[in-house]
Amino acid sequence: MQHLIVVWNASPYIFGGSCVTVGIVVLALALGLMLGVPLALAQVYGGVLARRCAGLYVWFFRGVPILVQLFLFYFGLFSSLDLPINAFFSSCIVLGLTSAAYQSQIFRGAILSLPSGQFKAGRALGMSDACSVRCIILPQALRLSLPGWANEFSILLKDSAICFVLGTQEIMARTHFVASRTHEHLALFMLAGLLYFLITLAGLTLLRRLENALSTPGYAAGGTGAQ
Amino acid sequence: MMETPVLCIENITLTLGGRKILDQVCLDIQRGELKVLIGPSGAGKSSLLQCINHLVRPDSGIIRLEGEKLDAANTRALCSFRTHVGMIFQDFNLFDHLSAEENVAIALRKVRGFPRRAALDRALEELGRVGLARYAALYPAQLSGGQKQRVAIARALAMDPKVILLDEPTSALDPELVGEVLAVIRELAKAGMTMLMATHQMDFARALANEILFMEHGVIVERGTPEELLRPDAVTRTRDFCAKLVV
Amino acid sequence: MTLFGNEFLLNELLPTLNKGLWISLMLIVPSAVLGFLAGVFLGVIRVFGTRRTRWAGDAYTAIFRGVPLAIQLMLIYFGLPNLGISLDPYPAAVCSFTLCSAAYHSEYIRGSLLAIRQGQMKAALALGFNTPQAALWIIVPQAARLALPGCGNEIIYLIKYSSLAYLVTCMELTGQGKLLAALYFRFTEVFLGVGLYYLTLVTLTGWLLRRLEQKLRIPGFGLEV
Repeated sequence: MQHLIVVWNASPYIFGGSCVTVGIVVLALALGLMLGVPLALAQVYGGVLARRCAGLYVWFFRGVPILVQLFLFYFGLFSSLDLPINAFFSSCIVLGLTSAAYQSQIFRGAILSLPSGQFKAGRALGMSDACSVRCIILPQALRLSLPGWANEFSILLKDSAICFVLGTQEIMARTHFVASRTHEHLALFMLAGLLYFLITLAGLTLLRRLENALSTPGYAAGGTGAQ
Repeated sequence: MMETPVLCIENITLTLGGRKILDQVCLDIQRGELKVLIGPSGAGKSSLLQCINHLVRPDSGIIRLEGEKLDAANTRALCSFRTHVGMIFQDFNLFDHLSAEENVAIALRKVRGFPRRAALDRALEELGRVGLARYAALYPAQLSGGQKQRVAIARALAMDPKVILLDEPTSALDPELVGEVLAVIRELAKAGMTMLMATHQMDFARALANEILFMEHGVIVERGTPEELLRPDAVTRTRDFCAKLVV
Repeated sequence: MTLFGNEFLLNELLPTLNKGLWISLMLIVPSAVLGFLAGVFLGVIRVFGTRRTRWAGDAYTAIFRGVPLAIQLMLIYFGLPNLGISLDPYPAAVCSFTLCSAAYHSEYIRGSLLAIRQGQMKAALALGFNTPQAALWIIVPQAARLALPGCGNEIIYLIKYSSLAYLVTCMELTGQGKLLAALYFRFTEVFLGVGLYYLTLVTLTGWLLRRLEQKLRIPGFGLEV
């Protein structure tokens, strides 16, 4: 009974953390998208140097744990360069940079799965290469990437829980704070787990809606085969 | 007095989802005979063949191999029965992770207990019989449909079966590949192999079958020699069906 | 700023990180092995089990994949004592990684089992194999090849997420790095070093897994694009 009272009293505070969590995830996804598309293009269409650089970027950010990156950027680089970036934005930047590496792989797969005739048809109509990519390839590739992107969302959401080590006031940090005061770790972390579970569910439903809204007749996600 | 049939099937009945797929089917096959099952798709030909070696368990009925009743509840007896009854599938079902010779050898090694060397030698010999010795090291994905089916036949032959069941062995093949598979089956028939084959290849059936069994709605509705069922003045379901096949 | 001053590098950073690396490996290897075995078991009952075990397996997988690993770790280390079960940091971390890894492995195992065509089993039975023989000689070799890329990826994830053991005060690579960095206030150098250690582990494992895949590769078999 006492457990329930503690959980009940703490829940508004912990639920409030979901705004921060969602904020981190949305900003990180956006940053990942902005960097991921050029990275993917560099890997597919770039010259040797561009491909190398993109490859190096992906290798680094996919190989180093989020936790290590958070420490490296927040306590290391940002502070030694005297950049006034707070914990929240550091979390967004680190998750975003990592997500860019993963998202570039999703987009790259999608671009490579498009039939080569699409690009040729664009050229045959007199489009410049840049224009063919922008108007023909990307709209198709991004649609094909949506299932993979949904997956990336749920991974980011879970990774965002690690950001509490910087003191970002998201769900995990608030739960940890209350738990260390009340010693109701079990009940409180179960509540937090449930919350993550629900946010994942809500996000995936939303993304599925988006996928349906953007779907073109006869154009199923056959290329990436994620569904 | 008749000799004991190689395979004797009595009153096989199969119901799936409340629908009768097979209804009291009976048939005998004598040594060296080739019997052909024909009929529209959904008639129960494939189900009958799969019931014979209990890949699909029939609701009731008796199956005898050389007079000996199959006790399907006894796993050991069932496995031994299946080694003696070869099966060729419509879609080949070669083991995708094994090369052609390993496909033929694996059952020899694991079921019959051959040492590896002996099993591979035997496999090569069988592949040679179907004209594929040169392809022994290739994997299923590297073979054409006709070649796959010939490997499947070699795989069945390697077990020294007393009878072979063939479930539309050519219907998944491109037309130009049908001939090579039928040629192999023809050779087997000439060599005296006992076979029960479901097929739509009427010319083949007319030329080689000892008996044609026409199935519809899970029942064998007509049976007779090709001459009886297919002569020009015969008024039979079989002839009707074949006329439609040609058109 | 003297990035990687020689003395600091040789006398402090490398010995400390090597100590941490050892503990990280002690976390990763048992968790990977146990997680894989549990994942195989879970994957098999999710495909071949009764309706109830399938449901239980699916629920387990959904929960452990849906909740952040950090939370699972907290529940096991800080939460279980509420029920009177106290684990030391190291067993708590291994336990948590194993449970979570099993859920991910089971997804790949399940997928690979479902991808094997039904005819393969039928053909084996028709040749006189009994069911365990058919499973051992026909289904397992195929399923292993189909699941290998996914399961390998999961092991790489496990290497990276083993850093979370630091959250429950298990002093592995990240934890050792944090201590040292705080002591000398040299976060950039230390965490670049830690990052390189992880990169090496991940790259090496990836290379080994690719070698294994190459070795087991069969022309035309598997999910090649």
